[in-house]
Amino acid sequence: MTFLAKPRLHHPSLETNRVGYTRRDYEGKISTLCAGCGHDSISAAIVQACWQLDIEPHRVAKLSGIGCSSKTPDYFLGASHGFNTVHGRMPSVLTGANLANRELLYLGVSGDGDSASIGLGQFAHAMRRGVNMVYIVENNGVYGLTKGQFSATADRGSKSKKGVSNADNPIDLAALALQLGATYVARGFSGDKAQLVPLIEGAIRHHGAAFIDVVSPCVAFNNHAGSTRSYDHVRAHNEAVARIDFIDLAKEVTASPAPGDAIDLPQADGTVLRLRKLRADFDPTDRLAALGLVQGLGARGEVATGLLYIEPGATDLHAALKTPSTPLNRLAEAELCPGAQALEKINASLR
Amino acid sequence: MKRLEAVNDFVVKFANVNGSGSASANELFAKAILRMGVPVSPRNIFPSNIQGLPTWYEVRVSERGHLGRRGGIDMMVAMNPQTWDQDLRELEPGGYLFYDSTKPLPPSALRADVHALGMPMTAICSATYDDPRQRQLFKNILYVGALAQLLGIEPAVIETLFSEQYKGKEKLLASNIQALHLGLDFAREHLAHCAVGLQIRRRDSVGKRIFIDGNAAAALGCVYGGATVCAWYPITPSSSLAEAFQSYCAKLRVDPASGERRYAVVQAEDEIASIGMVTGAGWNGARAFTATSGPGVSLMAEFIGLAYFAEIPVTIINVQRGGPSTGMPTRTQQADILACAYASHGDTKHVLLFPQDPRECFDHAAAALDLADRLQTPVFVMTDLDIGMNQRLCEPFEWDDSRAYDRGKVISAAELEAGRDFGRYKDVDGDGIPWRTLPATHPTKGAYFTRGTTRDPYARYSEAGTDYLYNVERLLKKFATAATLVPPPEVRPAARRTRLGVLYFGSTSPAMHEALDTLAEAGIHLDAMRLRAFPFADSVREFIAAHAEVFVVEQNRDAQMRTLLVNELGVAPKRLVATLHFDGTPITARFIAQSITAHVHREVTAPKEKVK
Repeated sequence: MTFLAKPRLHHPSLETNRVGYTRRDYEGKISTLCAGCGHDSISAAIVQACWQLDIEPHRVAKLSGIGCSSKTPDYFLGASHGFNTVHGRMPSVLTGANLANRELLYLGVSGDGDSASIGLGQFAHAMRRGVNMVYIVENNGVYGLTKGQFSATADRGSKSKKGVSNADNPIDLAALALQLGATYVARGFSGDKAQLVPLIEGAIRHHGAAFIDVVSPCVAFNNHAGSTRSYDHVRAHNEAVARIDFIDLAKEVTASPAPGDAIDLPQADGTVLRLRKLRADFDPTDRLAALGLVQGLGARGEVATGLLYIEPGATDLHAALKTPSTPLNRLAEAELCPGAQALEKINASLR
Repeated sequence: MKRLEAVNDFVVKFANVNGSGSASANELFAKAILRMGVPVSPRNIFPSNIQGLPTWYEVRVSERGHLGRRGGIDMMVAMNPQTWDQDLRELEPGGYLFYDSTKPLPPSALRADVHALGMPMTAICSATYDDPRQRQLFKNILYVGALAQLLGIEPAVIETLFSEQYKGKEKLLASNIQALHLGLDFAREHLAHCAVGLQIRRRDSVGKRIFIDGNAAAALGCVYGGATVCAWYPITPSSSLAEAFQSYCAKLRVDPASGERRYAVVQAEDEIASIGMVTGAGWNGARAFTATSGPGVSLMAEFIGLAYFAEIPVTIINVQRGGPSTGMPTRTQQADILACAYASHGDTKHVLLFPQDPRECFDHAAAALDLADRLQTPVFVMTDLDIGMNQRLCEPFEWDDSRAYDRGKVISAAELEAGRDFGRYKDVDGDGIPWRTLPATHPTKGAYFTRGTTRDPYARYSEAGTDYLYNVERLLKKFATAATLVPPPEVRPAARRTRLGVLYFGSTSPAMHEALDTLAEAGIHLDAMRLRAFPFADSVREFIAAHAEVFVVEQNRDAQMRTLLVNELGVAPKRLVATLHFDGTPITARFIAQSITAHVHREVTAPKEKVK
């Protein structure tokens, strides 16, 4: 809800990254969301992460479904192509786009209505296929655009703004992603940018299906007492399990041996992700343990945040399909059309 | 007793149990006749089931080249006791019944006006083979052998087919030849007393034509047309199309050195995901298609509207089956015309192509990929089960190596760099087709945000009525452009001047052509126009205007093509006479000829109304 556009002019002292862009180059149109909406903080975190990782904006494809969250791709990375698709079906469009050109960064932005209700099937199947993407759900437990109905991630017993108690069990998308084979699973909180930016960075560096569930309070419809997705409730029940200390972009491993509770995780692209454990019993490369931890904390009303799981040697759908390194959308006739002579042979075999 | 007599012009029907291995034996029978230079046209009539239910294979032999279903059966190979009564009833008087006589049948189980030819197939197989599966499978080859003897099919031709099929599997080759000869010998020794009047004689009437099913042909068209992404969900009768695409790609699109595959096939979780993937790939500049059938199209409807309004190339091959709802999955119809022409909510219209045979499935599939890119819109290839899942004799495939894919209006980085104005939804050429950029084209220019909701010509969000009108009226202009790019209709003029015309399309072709001959012989002359696409070319309106009455022959209940003609061309409904066949079986020449004849006779004999 900003009515005045920031001037396009940059201050000359504005810092540029290694590919020559300032932070402002990663911004998009002015947000039309409500003042204080958690989603705007997530957009800001995406901007920050892309700038810090020296991602060229035009090498990103932004895809979303329908809902408040799905509107946000218009509000960041204005130099990237974006596609606001249909409700709950962003994952399939992203999968197709990814098949066409494996070289880009695919950023899928969705909400809890979009991914946990109407689009639960597509969410699940994109995870199990291992589509190389960053899939962010901006999770507020409520339908905002249609004015306050419960979503499928709303906790049982939580109260709507009108005072109705939710009778249905919640879907935990992070737990589902873990179960379905996502190779990078994290949960953040839109109110904690210091935690969220590194989680997004880690997802961008990851080569495989990366999922981040970001709890993002809806100030208009789900920020009241009795809600379990309000700023106050989430702050009081946030249980961080691990913190990404830094992501080393150097091709060679220069990180010193990890001391104590820090773990160095080499990534497929040669970088190293250093993770600091905040709980002694936590191993971020153990899928089953992560699932147990997330569900265990959830049962006690706590929200497990941080990097929950990472599979260092993850592969993606393109590896399974054995597609060439050249994107399919760049292959020309010579590489695609077998030609008249081959057709004559086929004709001969059909007589 | 009457005895049907015909050389190279009759219908044999095989009644089998599905899962018994009869399909390959029946195909062998059809191919052997083809190899003797005589055209055949087989049709599978099968249940939605894997094992145990009745299935039929109807082979029409026609030296004159009539490939439509004729109607009526001259010889029944009755291998299924479940359907015995029904199969027996279908035989023409004087026809032939070939059956397993292991268990003697009472005379009441037969028909007095039909010639019965019994062969104790089960007994012979049990005596010859120990393995139960072999007993079952070779029973099929046994009857092919006996039929070859009875109908005059050259055994050497069948042996050649075996040797092609079992190249490198000598053991299988020998056992099949053995079974074939068991059949031949039995028929020669025991059935010679009943001379079968239906005979095959070697001719040269097949020429260079090929024998293939439409699904495989459409798949090959997608390979040649440069499709790199195929997303699909299994649904009869389209599943074999996606599978054929995969297997053709495995042969034709794999880099021999690296093993890399220049294609991606994803079996999606449902049709919504299939069309979503195709939409995403099309948005990102890859040629993509999906193959489906009616229920799949229903599920895809929301996406089809998005692709229409966001202007994304999408190719959908709809192998139509009987509807509505899940309908008759293993029966044929042309009943998705309206559902596809106007698929989705809001004001939408889509390009439809209507292939008549496998050759056109190939051509139209490749053309659809070009048209989708050129027009930036969904394009449907409207085939059906009759073409899709039956092998059909057709002209050989052709490809001109100088043909370049039409990738449509895509702006390059250099053009953007040179400062070219880019309005994603702006009509700059007057044809209604805007220019587009692909993601990652240029670091700072050409990016836009794609939406299904309203925007201005520069893709900026706008709910202004004027912007909306600009968009949807431009889309109408684009649709008018489409009418000039799609395959034009084909006209077969009558031998003499006539006030009657007929419109037909798709799999109706062979039956229609035969009916035209029959009708002309009976003195009813019609100019015929085969529709090959929607939107309709101007020549369709002219054709209708040039005739007092035009029959519209189609395979659905509601005269959907006629509705489309009335709606889109503003033709007076009275001029268009619905001629409809929709019981799930392929339309026959007999049906068309009888319907048109009856209508013409009614008109002649009806009391004249005063002409206004």
